[in-house]
Amino acid sequence: MPEIQLPASLQGVEAVRSVRTPAQLDYTFTAGDATTRFLKGITQKKIIGQQANPNSRVYVPARGADPELGAATPIEVEVAQVGTVTSFCVVNLQFYGSGMEIPYTSALIMLDGADLSIMHLIQEIPADQVRIGMRVEAVWRDDADIEPTLESIKWFRPTGEPDDVNVRIPGEIRGTGLGSWVDGVAPTELTVRNPRTGEGGTAEFGGEN
Amino acid sequence: MRDIAVISFAQTPARRSVPELNEVEMLMPAVHDALTQVDMTIDDIGFTCSGSTDYLAGTAFSFVSTLDAVGPWPPIQESHVEMDGAWALYEAWVKLQLGEIDTALVYAYAKSSPGDLPMVLTRQLDPITVGPLWADSVSLAALQARALLDSGKATEADMAEVVARSRKDALGNPNAQLAWDRSADDHLATEYHIAPLRKGDCAPITDGAAAIVLAAGDVARSKVKRPAWIRGIDHRVEPIHLGLRDLTVSESTKIAAGKAGVADGKVDIAELHAPFSHQELILKEALGLGDDTTINPSGGALAANAMMTAGLIRIGELATRISNGEADRGVAHATSGPCLQQNLVTVLEGEA
Repeated sequence: MPEIQLPASLQGVEAVRSVRTPAQLDYTFTAGDATTRFLKGITQKKIIGQQANPNSRVYVPARGADPELGAATPIEVEVAQVGTVTSFCVVNLQFYGSGMEIPYTSALIMLDGADLSIMHLIQEIPADQVRIGMRVEAVWRDDADIEPTLESIKWFRPTGEPDDVNVRIPGEIRGTGLGSWVDGVAPTELTVRNPRTGEGGTAEFGGEN
Repeated sequence: MRDIAVISFAQTPARRSVPELNEVEMLMPAVHDALTQVDMTIDDIGFTCSGSTDYLAGTAFSFVSTLDAVGPWPPIQESHVEMDGAWALYEAWVKLQLGEIDTALVYAYAKSSPGDLPMVLTRQLDPITVGPLWADSVSLAALQARALLDSGKATEADMAEVVARSRKDALGNPNAQLAWDRSADDHLATEYHIAPLRKGDCAPITDGAAAIVLAAGDVARSKVKRPAWIRGIDHRVEPIHLGLRDLTVSESTKIAAGKAGVADGKVDIAELHAPFSHQELILKEALGLGDDTTINPSGGALAANAMMTAGLIRIGELATRISNGEADRGVAHATSGPCLQQNLVTVLEGEA
């Protein structure tokens, strides 16, 4: 770097080491078609999944496109309000805006009849007793407080059923999700089935549909 | 150089606001249409590249969600630019030049309606000295228009002719957002919006999406009768500090035009991405276009201006006119940033 020669008037002036330039932009966000249909179901205390065709995956919540088929998801399927914990974490930090008492548990829950797990809270059980495979059910707000928001489900709680010992992480076996490894094998073309062409995959790792 | 052509183009109708759809829902019809036109699916595509920016809709990682529109499973070769889709097309063209793949899908989209677009665009300015002033995009364009008028190179009447012609041509464009038949004098009789710009001098704020399929050599010939071959493509950028630039000329466009070979043949049609009327006058000079070139038969950005998309649409509009025999050779231009900061020039040509 070349030596910077400041004019006499600026010599000895403390350098500006940082500036604050606060910015705020306001947006009017709309839910779009798929999420609107999902949230309308919530106002009726129903959890509505969507699929592209009768044989394709059921997404809860749907975001408008089936990422396997690149297609819209016009078919609505009501899924169960009971499901299985596929993963969880125990939160020991108080986040800004969160009114939760720590520690609390966030979990991925695969509802019966769905092919995509939703994220929600687990309550009515000590955080250190939450486990993968645990069966849980939705706990709704009072009817008067039901609104088109996933917060209308307060949390999920254990059903008391035996754990699902065959719980599968989304993406395992059938080769979907975010690049799951199966039995130490990477999701190569050998193990990943192309849902549009039917090519790839093996009977063991996703040849079935 | 490999021969690469635009073989299909699709766009959604431009609208001020598409509140009933999210971005992927708005985009999907354009992607499906572009693929269907050439009887292809994502499994026939070697590389996918998109252009968009999350600032517009205020949705973090929206470009990841919208990739669902193409069916990216099993994992595909894919990339994204935080720029107009014309630059995504450039990236795809480079990838095709490497020779590993023969086809590419390029798409772009924007929902500007959720936010206040001129304010959102201040976030692309220098964050220390200009951004905090919240200098909105229309005011900056007005500074440029004022400089152009004062230079004596153009008059408000010249700008008004651009406005009248563009909106009239837009009447023939079913996807246009603003289209009417009003004289230049009628335009001049309207009040200033941000002087010297009148509302009619400014592009509309648009929600929309577009998609293009590129193919190399024989693959392109096997898919369409008359591919629109990319004979030259180049892009250049100017400094972020507006004060460093002569705003009355577009040096970056001029250099890109030279590199792309605009002057190497007759230019039947020019599709110019000029979101403000005076910018068309600057671009026409920078590209060296004569009066025998038809400018913006689609109505251009004054007819519809989906951010990150309108530049790609210029390429698509020109390609369509070449493929259907309306033109033999033309130039498409895309811009990005304030006051024509960054410019991309593409020369397309049909075979005899």
